[in-house]
Amino acid sequence: MEKIIAKLGLGSCGIAAGAGEVWTELQKVINDNSLPIRLEKTACIGMCFEEPVLELSGEGKPKIMLGKVTAADVQNVLDGYLNDKLEYNNIILHEHQEAVHNELIANQKRIVLRNCGVIDPESLEDYEAQGGYQALRKALQMQPMQIIDEVKASGLRGRGGAGFSTGMKWQFAHNAKNDKKYVVCNADEGDPGAFMDRSTLEGDPHAIIEGMIIGAYAMGADEGYLYVRAEYPMAIKHLKKALADAETKGYLGKNIMGTGFNCELHIKEGAGAFVCGEETALMQSIEGKRGMPTIRPPFPAESGLWGKPTNINNVETWANIPWIITNGAKAFRKFGTEKSPGTKVFALAGKIVNSGLIEVPMGMPLHDVIYKVGGGIKNGKKFKGVQLGGPSGGCVPAHLLDTTVDYDSITKTGAIMGSGGMVVMDEDSCMVDIARFFLNFTQNESCGKCTFCRIGTRRMLEILTRITEGKGEMEDIDKLEQLAVNIIKGSLCGLGQTAPNPVLTTLKYFRDEYIAHIVDKKCPAHSCTALLKYEVNPETCVGCTACARKCPVGCISGAVKQVHTIDQNKCIKCGACYAACKFNAITKE
Amino acid sequence: MSNSRADLDAILSRYKGRHGALIPLLQDVQNLEGYLRQDTMKYVSEQTGVPAAEIFGVATFYSMFRLKPQGKYVIRVCKGTACHVSGANGILNAIRENLKLNGTDDTTEDALFTVMEVACLGCCSLAPVIMIGDQTFGKLTPDTVPAVLKKFSA
Repeated sequence: MEKIIAKLGLGSCGIAAGAGEVWTELQKVINDNSLPIRLEKTACIGMCFEEPVLELSGEGKPKIMLGKVTAADVQNVLDGYLNDKLEYNNIILHEHQEAVHNELIANQKRIVLRNCGVIDPESLEDYEAQGGYQALRKALQMQPMQIIDEVKASGLRGRGGAGFSTGMKWQFAHNAKNDKKYVVCNADEGDPGAFMDRSTLEGDPHAIIEGMIIGAYAMGADEGYLYVRAEYPMAIKHLKKALADAETKGYLGKNIMGTGFNCELHIKEGAGAFVCGEETALMQSIEGKRGMPTIRPPFPAESGLWGKPTNINNVETWANIPWIITNGAKAFRKFGTEKSPGTKVFALAGKIVNSGLIEVPMGMPLHDVIYKVGGGIKNGKKFKGVQLGGPSGGCVPAHLLDTTVDYDSITKTGAIMGSGGMVVMDEDSCMVDIARFFLNFTQNESCGKCTFCRIGTRRMLEILTRITEGKGEMEDIDKLEQLAVNIIKGSLCGLGQTAPNPVLTTLKYFRDEYIAHIVDKKCPAHSCTALLKYEVNPETCVGCTACARKCPVGCISGAVKQVHTIDQNKCIKCGACYAACKFNAITKE
Repeated sequence: MSNSRADLDAILSRYKGRHGALIPLLQDVQNLEGYLRQDTMKYVSEQTGVPAAEIFGVATFYSMFRLKPQGKYVIRVCKGTACHVSGANGILNAIRENLKLNGTDDTTEDALFTVMEVACLGCCSLAPVIMIGDQTFGKLTPDTVPAVLKKFSA
C-alpha cells in the first residue's frame, strides 16, 4: 500500500491551540492500528486561526488540509482518508476541490515563508531537500562584491521597518577596513501585534542562518550573533539545534565547505527591553550592558559591536538572501514594485477573520490584503482602521484602503511599513484608546536617555488618559500636537522619533472621536469605560433579576417581574448586567 | 545556601573570560535562585570585577530580571495590540480577582503564582493570550480563566 503522510503543525500557536494532544493521538492511532501512515511535524503554515492544522497527502490521493482538528477527530479522519471516504466539516485546503481557504493561499507569494509549514524545522535534511544551503554553496564560489552587487540589484530593503537598501548597507560594512567584523540578526521582535519573525525562526531557522553566513562571507565577517527575544522559547530551541546541525554538516564553523572560510554564530537571548530592537541599543545589550541607544555616527558599519564594523539585518531580510542568491535578482524583482521589490510578510491580527501569517507581493492594495487574503472583518462588523508598524506606526482609515503595501505609499499615509504587524480595528475599537495604548507602551519602554522621550511621552499619556476619562479639554489637542513635534525632534533613536505617530495619525484621521470624548463626553465606540452609561430599558425589562444578581456592587434594584433600575452613582461600569441580560433590556451609551 | 554557593560558582566559572556575558550570567543566576538577591549581586561583582552599580543597572533595566522572590508559576498576561483590542484588561482583572491579589501585589500569598503583564507573546491570532510557565493559553474569556488557573493549583 502507498505511503500516506500526515503532517501536523506544531508551532507555538498550534500548540497553544491544542496540537500537542492531537499529535499524541495521531501517534497512538497510527501505531495501534499499524496504519501505513508516516507522521511528520512542521511549524506554522500561517493559518493560525485554523490551528491545529493537519495536512494529509499521499500518492494517488489529493493533498488536503484540515483545520481545527481535535484528538477526537483523529481516528475518523485517518480512516476516512485511507479509504477515500473522508468526511470532515472543516477542510480548509483541497488540491482538486473548492475549499474555504484556497483563495487565501492563491493570493500569496511565499519567498520568506517558503518552507514554513512545509518542512520539519528541526531537520537539516528537510531543509536540504528544499534546496537548502545550495545558495551558500553558490555564494562561496562568487566574489564578495559579486554577492553584494546581486543583493543591490535585487532592490531588497530592510524588512525591520526603515526600509534601507540592504545591498548598500552590506557595501558599507564590506568597505570598512578591519581584521574583525560582525554580522547580527535582529530577532528582538518587540512590536505588540507582530509575530512574523517568531514564525520564521520557528518554522525555517536554517534559512536565516544560511542568509547570515552568506552575508558574513560577502562582508568579510567571521562571527555573528542572533539576538532573540527570550519570550520565544521554541524559536531559541529550533535555532540552537539548527546551528549545531549546520556546524556538524560543515556549513558553519571552520573551513566551510572546504573553502577556507570560517564563520561562527552565537545566540544571544534578550532580557525584555523593547528599545533593544534599535540597532545601537541591541549592540549595547549584546555587550552585556543596559540597552541604551548611542549617537550615530559612527554607524555600526564603521564601529559597532566592541568597536568593530558590524552589519545588522532583521530576520525577514536575512531569510530573503538565500532565495535571491539561488534565483537571482531578476527573479526577485518580478514580485513587488519598482521601489519596493519582493514580498512582505504580515501578521494579521485583531478583528479580522483569517488572523495569522501571510506573505504577499509588495504593491498589493491594503483592501485586498484585508478582504481577499484576510477574509474581511470578524462578526460582520464595520471596518474602521488598520494599524501598521506597531508603536512606531499609525492607523490607516477606511478611505485610504486603496493604498498599496510598499514602503513609500504607506509612509505617505503617516503610518510606516514597520516590521509587518497589521492589527485590524472595527467599529468597537476606540481610536483615542488605541493611541493611549501605544503611548502607554512607548512610555514604559523608553530607556530614559533623552528628556523629550522620557518625559514627553509621559505627558502625552497623561493627556490621552484624561481624554478617555472624559476630563479632556479642546486645548489638549494642541498640546498633544506640540509635544509630538518636540519629541520627534528631541529624541536620539527610532523609539522616540516615532513614538508620537499613533497619536498624530489618529488625530489626522479620527479627530472627530477625540472631539466626541472632549466635548460630548462620549466614546463613539462604546469602549472607554469611564464614559459609558448603562441603563435599563423599561419597555423590554421583564424583571427576571438576572442583572441584579450579577452586579458586583449591588447597584441594581427592583422586585421580581418589576422593571429594574441602575443607581448611576454606584455603578462601576463593569458591563456584567449588559452581558447577563437575555432580553436586550440593558442599553450601553 | 552552601549548595547554592557551589552552583553559583559553577555559573561564574562557566562565563569566566567571555565578553558580554553579564546578561546570560544573571539569567542563569536568576534561574538558580528564583530572583536576583542583593547579596548575590554583590558576590557576582566581587568575583567578576564588574562594579555592583553596573550589575544593578542591568538588573533594573531589563524586565526579565526580578529583584523580589516570585511564585512557583509565572503568569504572563499579554498586553499586545491584538490582545488589547480583544479584551486583555478583562482577563487580567479576572486573574487578579481569582487569585485575590490586592493593590499592586503581583504574587499570591501562598507563593504559587506571580502575575505580570508582558508586551506581546506573539500568538496574536489566539488573542487574548496568557502564558503560565511555558504553556500558552489562548482565546480566553473572563469566564474561562478560573478553569485554566485550576490546572496549576495544588
